[in-house]
Amino acid sequence: MKKNIVPLLGATALILSLSAVPAAAEGDLFIYNWTDYTAPELIEKFEAETGISVTLDTYDSNETLLAKLQSGATGYDIVVPSHNFVEIFIAEGLLQPINAATLAGHGNLAADFKNAPWDPGNVYTVPWQWGTTSFTVNTSVYEGDINTYEVLFKPPAELQGQIGMFKSADEVISMAQISLGLPLCSENPEEMRQVLDLLETQKPFVKTYNSDGILERLVSGDTAMHQNWNGYSIRARAENPAMRYAFPAEGVITWADNLAVPTGARNYDNAIKFIEFMMQPENIAVQSNFAGYSNGVDGSTAFMSEELKAAHELSPPEGTPLVFSQTCSEKAIDLQNRVWTSLLQ
Amino acid sequence: MKQAARDIRILPGFNWVTLGFFLYLYLPLVILVVFSFNASRSATVWEGFSVDWYFKAFANDDIRRAAANSLIIATVSMVASTCIATMAALALARNRRIRRKPVFSGLIMLPLMIPEIVTAVATLTFFAAIGLSLGLGNIIIAHTVFCIPFAYLPIRARLQGMDESLETAAQDLYAGKWATLRLVTLPLLAPGILSGAMLAFIISIDDFIITLMVAEAGSTTLPIYIYSLVRLGITPEINAVSTILLLISILFVTLSYRIGKKR
Amino acid sequence: MTIVLDRLKAYAGVAPATLVIGVFMIAPLMIILAYSFLEPNPYGGVRPTFSTGAYTKLFYERDLFDEMVFNATYLKITFRSLWIAAVSVIACLLIGFPVAYYIAMQPADRRNLLILLITIPFWTNLLIRTYCWILVLRDTGLINNGLMSAGLIDSPFTMLYSEGAIVLGLIYTYIPFMVLPIYASLERLDLRLIEASRDLYATKWGTLRQIVLPLAAPGIIAGSILVFIPGLGAFIAPELLGGGKNLMLGSLVQLQFSSARNWPFGSALAVVIMAVVMLTLMLYARNARKNGGGLQH
Repeated sequence: MKKNIVPLLGATALILSLSAVPAAAEGDLFIYNWTDYTAPELIEKFEAETGISVTLDTYDSNETLLAKLQSGATGYDIVVPSHNFVEIFIAEGLLQPINAATLAGHGNLAADFKNAPWDPGNVYTVPWQWGTTSFTVNTSVYEGDINTYEVLFKPPAELQGQIGMFKSADEVISMAQISLGLPLCSENPEEMRQVLDLLETQKPFVKTYNSDGILERLVSGDTAMHQNWNGYSIRARAENPAMRYAFPAEGVITWADNLAVPTGARNYDNAIKFIEFMMQPENIAVQSNFAGYSNGVDGSTAFMSEELKAAHELSPPEGTPLVFSQTCSEKAIDLQNRVWTSLLQ
Repeated sequence: MKQAARDIRILPGFNWVTLGFFLYLYLPLVILVVFSFNASRSATVWEGFSVDWYFKAFANDDIRRAAANSLIIATVSMVASTCIATMAALALARNRRIRRKPVFSGLIMLPLMIPEIVTAVATLTFFAAIGLSLGLGNIIIAHTVFCIPFAYLPIRARLQGMDESLETAAQDLYAGKWATLRLVTLPLLAPGILSGAMLAFIISIDDFIITLMVAEAGSTTLPIYIYSLVRLGITPEINAVSTILLLISILFVTLSYRIGKKR
Repeated sequence: MTIVLDRLKAYAGVAPATLVIGVFMIAPLMIILAYSFLEPNPYGGVRPTFSTGAYTKLFYERDLFDEMVFNATYLKITFRSLWIAAVSVIACLLIGFPVAYYIAMQPADRRNLLILLITIPFWTNLLIRTYCWILVLRDTGLINNGLMSAGLIDSPFTMLYSEGAIVLGLIYTYIPFMVLPIYASLERLDLRLIEASRDLYATKWGTLRQIVLPLAAPGIIAGSILVFIPGLGAFIAPELLGGGKNLMLGSLVQLQFSSARNWPFGSALAVVIMAVVMLTLMLYARNARKNGGGLQH
C-alpha cells in the first residue's frame, strides 16, 4: 500500500514544481466570476500594469454565489452578480459600498448605467457586461421567420425534436410569459397555468433541458434550435455561419452583470483598482471582444473588433422591446417552482 | 482441453464478459485521446493531426493550478481516509472488547447514505458556523469524511473472511501484538487496503458538488475548472489535460505493478 | 483506574473514525435536520420559524388555486430514481461478478494489473467521460454515423436522452464499486475448497452457486450498496445523458438548494432519502444475519 503511494507523491511533487507561482509584491486579488466570462488577456494586462497577482475562480449561477457569500468567509474581493440579484445581495448585507461615482473613470459610464434602477448612483456596483437571452436557430435546417416565440414554443416540423432549452426555471418561464404577453414574476395562478400549458405543449418537441454545452450541441447539429445568450450565439456563428440569433417581436429578455465588492473582502484597495481599470474603454472592450457581450462604458466601441461591431446579435431591430428580468417575490418564485417541477416530473 | 473443462477457475463466457467490460471501460478514453490530437476546436469532427492543444494546456496556469490542487487534495484525503478506515475495520473485526459494533459500523457508513448535494450544503453551513477557513484544508476535510466508507467497505469485505488462525498462530509463537499486525494481518489485508485506497482516490479526484460548495478562494480543482469549460463544449485542450493525467496514472500503475512483482 | 483506561484503549481503533465523522458529518446533518423544520427564506437559507411545511409538501400541495390536493409529483420522481438505481445495481452485478471472478482466478501479478486497469479510466474526470458517451450515442454520434455509413439504417436511431442512456452512464460511473469489493472477497478464496467441492457438486455451476456465491456475498452486498446509494442521488449522468427532461432525486434536491431556494424542502427530501437508505440497509443487515455472515458483525 505504502509503496504504491510513493510514485503518486512523486507525480504530485512534479506537478507542484511545475505550477509554483511567485508571490506578487503588490498583493493579491481574488475574483469570483461566472464561468467562461473573463478575458484572460484582460487579467494579464491588469497584472502587468499593477503588479497585483490575480486569482480567478468561477461559479455557475447567482444562487451559488449567493449561497457562498451567505456562508461568510470565502475570501473573494470581486464578485459579479446579475442586476436582478443585486438588490438581494444588498438587502442581505453581502456587498459593501464602493461609491463608484467618486472613482476614476466613472465619467466613462453610459448614462443608463449611472442611474440603473437596481443600484442608482453606482453605490455598490458598476456594470460589467450586458446582453440578451433568446434563442439561436440553425437556418440551414429552418429558413422561415425566426423573430417570434411561436417558432420556439410551437415549432415547425423541421425543428420538432431538435430543440434545446435552458435548465433554469426562471429563464424558461420568463420567456414563456413574454410569449403569452403576461407580466414577468406573475403571482396569478391562472396566468401560471397558461405558462405550464404552453411549456407542456412544447415539451414533446424538446430534446434536452441543459444550460451547459449549448455551443457544442448547436455546432454538432445535435440541436437545430437552442435557447441561448447573444454572446454565445456569436460564438456559435463563428463556427457555423448558418446560426442566427432571434429577436422575437414580443420582447427580448435583457440582463446586466455587475462588478461588486463583497463585505469582508481582504483586498479592498486592489478591488477598487480593478474596478477603475474596468471603467476604461480600452480595457472593457477587451472583455467584450472575448465574451461577445455589450458593456456600459462609452467610447469602448472604438476598441472593439470588426466582427463584434458588425454582429447582428448585439443590435436588436428597431421596435423590439427589451424586457429587463426582475427580482421576483417569494410567492412568484414558489409558483415558478411548482410549474417547473410539474413540467419535469 | 480436458483440464480446462474440469478447472473451476475457468467458467465459460466469463472471459468474454471481461473482455467486453474492458472495451466498454476504455471506449470513451480512446475517443478522448484521439480528439486531443485534433487540429480543429471541435470535439466531434476530425480535421487533421496536431499537438497544439498540449502546448496550450501546458501554458495554461489555471489548468496547472487546478491539477496541482486536485492531486494534493486527493492524495492527502486518500491517505487519511484509508488510515482511519483500516484502523476502524481492524478494531471492529478483531477487538472483542468493543461493544455496540453495529453502531460504529453504521456511523462509518453514514457519509455514503447522504446525497452529495446535501453533504455539500451541510458541510458548507457547518464550516461557516465554526469559522473554519483553511483553504485547501476545508476541501481535504470534507473529502476525507466522504471517502472513509469507500475505503472501509473493501477492507472490511476482505477482513471478514480472513482466517484468524494465522494471527492466533503468530501470537502463540510469542509475536507481539504489533509484530502480528505488521507481519501477518496487514500483508494479508493489503489487497483490501489497496482497493480501498484506490476507491478513495477516485472519489476525491472526481468530486464536483462538494468541492464546488466547500471551496474557498483560490482552491479551484480540476473538476470545477473542467465544469467551467463544459459550458463551451469540451475543447481538445481539456482532452489534452485528461490524456496527460491518464499518462501519469498509467505510469503510476506500471510502477506499482513493477514494485509488486519484485516483492 | 487502569480498568477504565484499558476499556478506553479498546476503542482507540474506532476513535479517529468516530471523531471525524461525528464532528464533520453528524453536526452538519443536525443542521440539515433542523433546517427541514424551518421556513424558507425567500433569498435562500432559512427563517427561524418552526414549520412542518416541508414535509407536507412531499405529499400534499396547494394547487395553483390554493387548494390542498394530493400531489404525486415527488413520489413519481422518487420511484423513478429507485427504479433506475435498482436496474443499475442489477446490471453492475451481472457484469461485475463475472469480471471480478475472472480476475480473481488469474495468476497474482496479472490480477493486480487487471485491477489497476479498472481504476485507470477513473483518473479522467467524470464530466469528460460522460461527455465522451454523448459523442458516441447522439444522433450525429459515432454509432449512428457508423451504422448509417454502413447502410444499415437510414435515419439516426435515437439513443441519447433516454432512461437507457442514464443507466448506461450510471453503470459506467459506478461499476468499479461493484467489481473491487467482489474481487476483494473472491481473491482470498481457497481453491482447495473449490477443488474439494467439485467432487460433491457435479457441475461447475453447482459449485459456483453453492460455494463461490456465499463466499462472495459480503463483497456483493458491499458492491450493491456502493452502487445503489450514489446511483439514487446521481446528478451528472441524469442531467447529461438523460437530457434533464425528467427529474431524479439528486437533481430535485439540488434544485431546492439552488434556483428553487427552498432549503427546508431540500433538507426534508434529504432526510427522507436517508430514512429510505437506512431502512434498506437494515433489511440487508437482518437478511444477511439470518443467512449467516453478511453485513453486520
